Amino acid sequence: MKSAKSIAAGSIPHRGKKKLALDLWRQRYLFLMMLPALVCVILFNYVPMTGLYISFVNYVPRGEGFYQDMLSAQFVGLDWFEYFFSTDFAIVMRNTLCQSLMTLLFSFPAPVIFAICLNEIKNNRVKKAAQTASYLPYFISWVIAANMFVTFLSGDGVINDILQALHITDHDILFMQEGKYFWLILALANTWKNIGYDAIIYLSAISGIDQEMYEAAEVDGATKTQRIWYITLPSLLPTIMIMLLLAVGGILNVGYEQQLLMGNDAVIKFSDVFDTYTYRYGIINGMYSYGTAVGLFKSVVSFAFVAVTNKMSRKYAEVSLY
Amino acid sequence: MVKRKSRRTAGKFIFDIFRVLFIIFICIVCVYPFWNIFVISVNDGQDALRGGLYFWPRMFTLENYEQILQRKEFLHAIMVTLGRTLIGTPLVVLNTSMLAYVLSREKLIGRKFWTLLFIFTMYFSGGMVPYYLQLKNLGLLDKFAVYIFPAMLNVYYMILIRSYLYGIPESLVESAQLDGANDLRIYAQIIFPLAKPVIMTIVLFASISHWNAWFDSRLYTNSMDLKTLQLVLVEILNQFQTSGSNGASLAQKAQMMSGVTQKSVQMAAVMVATIPIICVYPFVQKYFVKGIMIGAVKA
Repeated sequence: MKSAKSIAAGSIPHRGKKKLALDLWRQRYLFLMMLPALVCVILFNYVPMTGLYISFVNYVPRGEGFYQDMLSAQFVGLDWFEYFFSTDFAIVMRNTLCQSLMTLLFSFPAPVIFAICLNEIKNNRVKKAAQTASYLPYFISWVIAANMFVTFLSGDGVINDILQALHITDHDILFMQEGKYFWLILALANTWKNIGYDAIIYLSAISGIDQEMYEAAEVDGATKTQRIWYITLPSLLPTIMIMLLLAVGGILNVGYEQQLLMGNDAVIKFSDVFDTYTYRYGIINGMYSYGTAVGLFKSVVSFAFVAVTNKMSRKYAEVSLY
Repeated sequence: MVKRKSRRTAGKFIFDIFRVLFIIFICIVCVYPFWNIFVISVNDGQDALRGGLYFWPRMFTLENYEQILQRKEFLHAIMVTLGRTLIGTPLVVLNTSMLAYVLSREKLIGRKFWTLLFIFTMYFSGGMVPYYLQLKNLGLLDKFAVYIFPAMLNVYYMILIRSYLYGIPESLVESAQLDGANDLRIYAQIIFPLAKPVIMTIVLFASISHWNAWFDSRLYTNSMDLKTLQLVLVEILNQFQTSGSNGASLAQKAQMMSGVTQKSVQMAAVMVATIPIICVYPFVQKYFVKGIMIGAVKA
């Protein structure tokens, strides 16, 4: 078949080009369908990457067009990065890591436990209702979610009412005004918002477990707790590992909406993360070069995190993340 | 023997109680805040100030909703958000699903390259400032189009759809090709209908992300009449925190006369932004769980 084709197509160097052209022509509709996405990815992803250059210059918009201004700006090397490291780097990095790790502490085990408990419900209606309820926060905007936390945690909010009714405290605690509470509140808010959604993945993994194992265990007299401990959890381990690696890979991405909406000037020393910092300096204060430099630093470090964790997951679970 | 059995049943009992309590706890924590807001929003504002409004309205009224729906700014913001949701959602679904189909074709020339080209953007980007400057260069700042075009491509959605498409038998596509159907037709008439669960999932995700968007409105627009619902909501909700109890303005005093308070109106505004979501997502749930599961397993 192959040789017949090459004879028919004539001389060898021409054959490759012609075949490629023919294949391209055959796939013209495929390329046509990819075109809009290609335009988008170039305009909104790759062209902005060229703008990263302004983190090495002192970019000042002079109104001659972006690229003229960029290329004519004074080159400053790594000055913006040095400035960042010598000023706010430590605090921003601390906040990002602590918020991320604290979130992980709650948001990681919670959906696993929730999925296991949910799976034990035999009544399908109840199961579905509980699941539906648990997704609700996921679909609500951070604007509303943040307002709920601020309201409930305010001086006359529900939480203070409860704490005082239980005599844990005798005065109103202003949770949102004290930095020491911010990481915990943020972690709980993140967990609350994502628990239902994250549980879906574990539920699907649980539904993939061989039912015969449970039946065999039941015959051997294993209790429900034992079955969960010795069958469900070990079967979930690969999924848990992958989710953990994913979470570690995205450790610098802790969001920005929740910090902007729940934070205030009193807690900014604890709420400020890379993205909010970039927003404040790069956009609001108009320090384009500085904001770009901070953003570039974050992009490079998180890319490294993802690359390492992806390699590890490939090794561990023989599954690449994408 | 009897002892062991009783211990076992006791252990089972404790576990059952724990898991039931845990699920009830999660459900209450997820749903009650919304119920509480609803109760305050349909209760007389003055009466709500007395506190103790937890489970049921004491003085039912729709005055708060009347108040908030009379505000032109609020109504306009609803229209902006509705507009971007109705225009933006079909575009991102169409664009992303076409891309997913193309990248799922094994014969695509340069498939690895194109796939990497798109997936790379999930892990590396120019960052907030160059992106902002690019939108400025394109003349999109302070235009309605800034809500639509940059949101037209979402690589994460593409991956979810593509994972789903891998589950569709190749023979379906091949037999259609033998019948002389081109890729455009195969996509529109075979793939798109077959991928309904994942498409519905993306419709849900995309429409909710448009409905909930506020930061792009703050970042890329200045005009009053481009503010989205959620951004106006931020402003309405912050009024409360800044104005406090001392120094009530004339407008606030006028409100107090009518039994409507700032807080009760705020809660009504929150409900207006929440109700569409509560009405939509449970119905899409069956698709959405399926769509995510397949995406998650294959991804």
